[in-house]
Amino acid sequence: MYKILTKKQLAPKIYMMDIEAPRVAKSALPGQFIILRIDEKGERIPLTVCDYDREAGTITIVFQVIGGSTMELAKYEAGDAIADFVGPLGQPSELVHEEKESLKKKKIIFIAGGVGAAPVYPQVKWLHEHGVDADVIIGGKSKDFILFEDEMKKVAGNVYIATDDGSYGFNGMVTDCLKDLVENQGKKYDLVVAIGPMIMMKFVCKLTKELGLKTIVSLNMLMVDGTGMCGACRVTVGGETKFACVDGPEFDGHQVDFEEAMRRQAMYKTEEGKLFLEAQEKAEGHVCHVGLGGDK
Amino acid sequence: MDRMKRIPITEQDPKVRATNFDEVCLGYTKEEAMKEASRCLNCKKPMCVTKCPVSISIPEFIQHVKNGEFEEAARVIARSSALPAVCGRVCPQENQCEGKCVLGNKGEAIAIGKLERFVADWARENNVNVAETKPSNGKKVAVIGSGPSGLTCAGDLAKMGYDVTIFESLHEAGGVLVYGIPEFRLPKEKVVKAEVENLKKLGVKIETNVIIGRTVTVDSLIDDEKFDAVFIGSGAGLPMFMGIPGENLNGVFSANEYLTRNNLMKAFREDYITPIKAGKKVAVVGGGNVAMDAARTALRLGAESHIVYRRSEEELPARAEEVHHAKEEGVIFDLLTNPVEILEDEKGWVKGMKCVRMELGEPDASGRRRPVPIEGSEFVMDVDTVIMSLGTKANPLVANTTKGVEINKKKCVIADEETGLTTREGVYAGGDAVTGAATVILAMGAGKKAAKAIDEYLSNK
Repeated sequence: MYKILTKKQLAPKIYMMDIEAPRVAKSALPGQFIILRIDEKGERIPLTVCDYDREAGTITIVFQVIGGSTMELAKYEAGDAIADFVGPLGQPSELVHEEKESLKKKKIIFIAGGVGAAPVYPQVKWLHEHGVDADVIIGGKSKDFILFEDEMKKVAGNVYIATDDGSYGFNGMVTDCLKDLVENQGKKYDLVVAIGPMIMMKFVCKLTKELGLKTIVSLNMLMVDGTGMCGACRVTVGGETKFACVDGPEFDGHQVDFEEAMRRQAMYKTEEGKLFLEAQEKAEGHVCHVGLGGDK
Repeated sequence: MDRMKRIPITEQDPKVRATNFDEVCLGYTKEEAMKEASRCLNCKKPMCVTKCPVSISIPEFIQHVKNGEFEEAARVIARSSALPAVCGRVCPQENQCEGKCVLGNKGEAIAIGKLERFVADWARENNVNVAETKPSNGKKVAVIGSGPSGLTCAGDLAKMGYDVTIFESLHEAGGVLVYGIPEFRLPKEKVVKAEVENLKKLGVKIETNVIIGRTVTVDSLIDDEKFDAVFIGSGAGLPMFMGIPGENLNGVFSANEYLTRNNLMKAFREDYITPIKAGKKVAVVGGGNVAMDAARTALRLGAESHIVYRRSEEELPARAEEVHHAKEEGVIFDLLTNPVEILEDEKGWVKGMKCVRMELGEPDASGRRRPVPIEGSEFVMDVDTVIMSLGTKANPLVANTTKGVEINKKKCVIADEETGLTTREGVYAGGDAVTGAATVILAMGAGKKAAKAIDEYLSNK
């Protein structure tokens, strides 16, 4: 069993937990993920590593309530334990393997959409510890959904906030914000790393292709084992089939077949489930604009 | 009683069992087992033993069964095998022990597998403890993977007095025994869990949720955690796909995924959370045991289930018994048929599979007649789910993250056939990780040989 040491609510339906998992904490690197199973009858769900403390033996995870399992996990409190917690899985971010000197010359901007701020944070922090202060755009539907602003400011260069409804920071989507930085404010970047909802990553890639900016995305595919033995998470990258759990989760965004990835991600969404979630979102007054172009 | 005829075994009615996940074969009763055992000629030079990969003293245990001495029979088997309840169920006996039984020349071979299973089940139900261990020798061995080779190696080493820890990447021990082979062939709680518990009784520790090469490495096990030797039994679990158009459509699964969802995650049970898209009309591509398992699983989940295989019935690599069971239950066999494309509906789901008819040409390197497409024979099978069961290959993760352990072109670990020694001192390997996908009992045999070699190595160190 793996003990939950702390639990904190970060935003509506978004929670952060520190989980005691010494072996995972000892070897986790930015860009990797874990798989957990709440109890004996639970399913295995992948979540990105948000932070790790090798000394304390803990891994920080952040999750958004989007279905049965995350709803169940949100009921767990500090002191409770979950049945299974395995990792670190996947390839670490490529930045981890790069020459430190060439890394320092690079201008990098991270784009974090919604709960995607969680996996962005350890990468920015890691870069900071290695002498690189990357810029970050944190996007969310409104002020309440901007995560890790303070933490990010401690480790990043410039932090830009973008809200869909303009309730805080830049008024618009993360793509508008990036476009503004590059086209109006004369910012120059060598690399974009975008992590967030699939549709956001797709539209970031569409924009950065036009801007000629290399872009890395982290794909949150459906997974079962997370060790490469089933192919549930397969995705087409540069015309080749890849398994996101072992070859990724990070890929060159301009090579990813997003249409296929989004279709596969929705494989188990039942019509009923979709209607239920839509109704719930509507009740909370949120209309997702990201990437739906034109209606904003 | 006709000595040439086997005592028939009770099975669930095909119509009934096609709708449940309970075990198909109900096993022998005491009386049936004793009768079947009395057919054995107790050969002086028993050929059956020569074909058993772990060399169980077959006539010896069968004589005990004949006399109703089931505990003694269990002890004889335990000398050679750590997982008799599993092997009695899943070994391809027709190609192994039973294939060489002299009675098979004129009549039906002794049902060695069914008798082994009877003895193991009897021992479990009667809480007979056949485990004997030597006193601890204080030496630590790490076993990577808890499939058949790892479990066997760990069991044998524990009996010799070693302090053994198994590291398993999934949340449950058993490897293919828990995620691959379905409940209706190999009950999980009753059989697999019980055999794993037996190992724990020998003092074997099992750490689940540890991925060697990610969570820890072989090097750190040796350098930091002070293991004296390591056995790699990580299997061959990576699925293969055909590379045809449409393979990434929704509704196309690897057999590994379909079976893992159903067996390990218990998707067939309402009270478990993991979902499965069972499909209404399912095509399973392939002809091995895994294909039979997937087709029979789909059937039980309510689908019309087809086996699509490019050769003819004679070349089906699956066990005859499994093919027979699948047919009885209503699985439809589309032989000499090969998919060339999977077709999609407007939502990106499978709506059909374009296939081509095949004919058999000259024998190929494997000795089987090569299937050749018949020109102009394309047709569309109307299916909504496709399960690819084309075999699996070894995962190079462990070797790639271990200094000095080399792999071959097929990404299998290079290891000595007799000892399992890899290219690094103190590190051994066996089972599918070395041979590529093979059988449970061969993996057990390799685990056994490696345990012996590890003992010799550490005794002289």
